Amino acid sequence: MTVTQSVVTILVVVLGTMVTRFLPFFIFPEGKKPPSYITYLGSVLPYAVIGLLVVYCLKDAAGGGNFAIPEIISILFIVILHKWKKNTLLSIGAGTVLYMFLVQVCF
Amino acid sequence: MKTKAFKAALPYTLPICVGFLFLGMSYGFLMRSKGFSFIYPMFMSMLIFAGSMEFVTVELLLSTFNPLHAFILTLMVNARHLFYGISMLEKYKNTGWKKPYLIFGMCDESFTINCAVTPPDDVDKGWFMLFVTLLNQIYWVTGATMGALLGYVIHFDTTGIEFVMTALFVVMFINQWEEARDHRPALVGLGCSLLCLAVFGSQNFIIPAMALIILCFSVTKRRRDKEALS
Repeated sequence: MTVTQSVVTILVVVLGTMVTRFLPFFIFPEGKKPPSYITYLGSVLPYAVIGLLVVYCLKDAAGGGNFAIPEIISILFIVILHKWKKNTLLSIGAGTVLYMFLVQVCF
Repeated sequence: MKTKAFKAALPYTLPICVGFLFLGMSYGFLMRSKGFSFIYPMFMSMLIFAGSMEFVTVELLLSTFNPLHAFILTLMVNARHLFYGISMLEKYKNTGWKKPYLIFGMCDESFTINCAVTPPDDVDKGWFMLFVTLLNQIYWVTGATMGALLGYVIHFDTTGIEFVMTALFVVMFINQWEEARDHRPALVGLGCSLLCLAVFGSQNFIIPAMALIILCFSVTKRRRDKEALS
């Protein structure tokens, strides 16, 4: 990607983000109630999108050379550590270090 | 008035400060390890100011140029802001010139504080929410820039560092799972994505997956409405 293409990509992401943040204030000016379908989507979509993002991160793992074994081990480790310590930053940090160790040293 | 609002807002943002500095630094460091100058994470954290999407953008910048795909993906990943906005229509009312900035800076964490915390009566509500949003953004931009600058002086094998994004989403998934009574929305997201990944392949699955998720929810919504009637 050239610098111009990178800048355009970033600006497009900025624009997309701003659309999602400003749109409700334009569609529902003071006092107008949003339809129940929209409020329903609002209550369920955040949960589904995180699931989607997990899959997005792992999309190329299965096609890699080591059958996604480092990914599977690290995710299991994160789940166990997080259930045990319930410390978000510790789980993210330790999980990433374990993954880096696995791909650099073991595989 | 401003000092009072600042003093009221600061304590709520301190936990966010720790988290944002850590995550922001890993984001900046990640970008530097992929060869980007610190200018990139600095401006991206300032202008996009949506953590998950910034991590996803690293991925976008490293793949082939496709602005339409980038735009749709951004809408999908950030769709939750639409619903934050709907919840904040009332609260952001009558905040005057501060309103555009409050909306611009409405990341998950600022939304959570501004939505859940009612400042004491003698504190100006608009200034309180402005300081919450501004402080959080300062932490995030500082973290991202520092992380990238650190990437210039610290050198080690960074292979696999991009896993920080996966780890972040896995932890967010567990947190949401534990606070939710109904696990079906989370399973719908996971299931539709896996299915579409298998059918469409890793390059093209995101948009079909999102469409399928919306379709599933439209069906469950209709069923709920019917149940409510009968």
